[in-house]
Amino acid sequence: MNKQKTVPLVNSIRASVQSMKEDTQFANDRLRWIGNIKSLVMSLFRLAIILGICYVILGPVIGIVSSSFFSDADRANPMVYLIPREPTLYRYELAVTYLDYWKTMGASLLYSLTLMLLQVVVCSMVGYGFARFDFPLKKILFGCVVVMIVIPTNTVMLPMYMTFSQFDVLGIISLIKGGPVNILSSPIPMYILTLFGCGLRSGLYIYIFNQFFRGLPKEIEEAAFVDGAGTWYTYFRIMLVNALPSVVTVAIFSMVWQYNDTFYARLFLISDDIIISKKIASIEANISNVEKIMDPTILELFLDAGIVLIMLPIIIIYVLLQKQFIEGVERSGIVG
Amino acid sequence: MAAAKTVKKKKWSLSQRRAMKGFIFIAPWLIGFLWFYARSLFMTVQFSFSELTVRPGGGYDLRFVWLDNFIYAFRAHASYKQVLTTSLGNMLVDVPLITFFSLFMAMLLNRKFKGRTLVRAIFFLPVILNSDAVVDAMNLARSMMSGGISSASAEMAAAASSGMSIEYYIQMFSSLGLPEVIIEYVSGAVGRISEIINASGVQIIIFIAALQSIPGSMYEVAKIEGATAYETFWKVTFPMVMPHIITNVVYTVVDSFTKSEVIELAYDTAFTVQNYGLSSVFSLVSTVITCLILVLVCGIIQKRTFYYN
Repeated sequence: MNKQKTVPLVNSIRASVQSMKEDTQFANDRLRWIGNIKSLVMSLFRLAIILGICYVILGPVIGIVSSSFFSDADRANPMVYLIPREPTLYRYELAVTYLDYWKTMGASLLYSLTLMLLQVVVCSMVGYGFARFDFPLKKILFGCVVVMIVIPTNTVMLPMYMTFSQFDVLGIISLIKGGPVNILSSPIPMYILTLFGCGLRSGLYIYIFNQFFRGLPKEIEEAAFVDGAGTWYTYFRIMLVNALPSVVTVAIFSMVWQYNDTFYARLFLISDDIIISKKIASIEANISNVEKIMDPTILELFLDAGIVLIMLPIIIIYVLLQKQFIEGVERSGIVG
Repeated sequence: MAAAKTVKKKKWSLSQRRAMKGFIFIAPWLIGFLWFYARSLFMTVQFSFSELTVRPGGGYDLRFVWLDNFIYAFRAHASYKQVLTTSLGNMLVDVPLITFFSLFMAMLLNRKFKGRTLVRAIFFLPVILNSDAVVDAMNLARSMMSGGISSASAEMAAAASSGMSIEYYIQMFSSLGLPEVIIEYVSGAVGRISEIINASGVQIIIFIAALQSIPGSMYEVAKIEGATAYETFWKVTFPMVMPHIITNVVYTVVDSFTKSEVIELAYDTAFTVQNYGLSSVFSLVSTVITCLILVLVCGIIQKRTFYYN
């Protein structure tokens, strides 16, 4: 009885399933649905990962910025998290005074900007020389550039220190001054190194420019040559202009890294008044000594304010130029 | 007179003149390299075989002591061997992690989605904010954020009430039969996730650029042939970015070496203890080891690399 009733039902289901299977429209719809769900899940997954990683990167920055506004009471109150109840600008006032902010920042920016200009001019020249001219020993010399990238500067720090503590150019300075001079504790060694293509990560910049120039079509230069442009004119007015993406990349890299660098600043004993990233290290001790603030958790807040102050110019430059910068990194020769 | 001039001009062929110009272009670097870099490298080697005493009036005296400095560093120095091995160990652990993490992130960021430029800008932030002071402050802020006494105790309470903690998961995975080494490696990596993220900014950008240089027709072919996403990754994407893996490995090794404790030790030995010979030994030995690692790794990868062009 029961069986008799179910048989036509089963048959009808079978028939409809069969028709469904034959119906390509339906099958396509189903596939599309599955695809949609799959891509939705994937993009949710991606969103979760990206959000998490952005938080890991941005979290401390947000923490530093927010705690630089904390007052003493906020710091002591365990209920306060990220948003201060009684925000204060006192941290910034003291940090600006103790860093001698405007003056130091001006000197610091001047230092890194001039070095950046030198880097761009020197490294692009050298990169161009390697990219476009054939000369004996070229492969070995370019190998030396790679060696400069690979061997950390720390290996040669001691001789560098010695060289600049008794600086002499082929005995000329000895003739004038009666002996080698000590040019440490001034930024001069850094300028000399950069001028001769051995500054902070110069090897990398030479490499970037070399790769980029190699990627430019030779026809540009040939046309310039036929039209009667000299080598230098071609280089400065044509090639350098075409290499703008890598110029932007190298400029930002060298500017920011120079600004952040404390290794060379420490090695060459360059004064804190020129290098703000070095001066920040002593801010806590100074404030503690002079203002008689002994609580380390409070002193941290002043450090945070100081950190925000020294990050500010970098962040501004980065926000303004980030699009060109990232495109530049992608298009310029870093990739090789 | 005129004849002499033409003769002089003819002496230089076009290619010779080009070579001359090339030398002029690279001249600043060449002088600097020989004057500062090559000479300094030589001096480091020289220092490491000698005892250096600074003369009061400036200048220094070298006394050749053969291998004494090396013997002292490896036999008698309190911490050098240990610092060296931990630094190298960290490097060997970090390099594959950072390389694969950055490849993964690059693939994620290479897709088109809203706010991509913003996300990329954020990912590149650690490269821009790499000054010592800022990094220290960030680490402090990070420990306040995720650790700290209050949040740690909260975490412990939550773990106790639910019966779950990190140990529980580790236990679970090891009872699944996964080898202990892998579990420790992965859980260690998770613990240092922020360091890994901060160290992989440049690598991510390099990989993004590499991914964008893969011709789209390759993916079309793979799709037509019915390859799954997994197969496409291993058969198309991975071989195509292989040359850039070398670049990234080199970058990562050098970067992690520059930040390692060995360098700190060498710096302190030179400028605090003022034992210049020993400091040179420290830097020299670690540099040589790093170079050997680089040559080895690059050799291995290069053998398996497929060059498209």
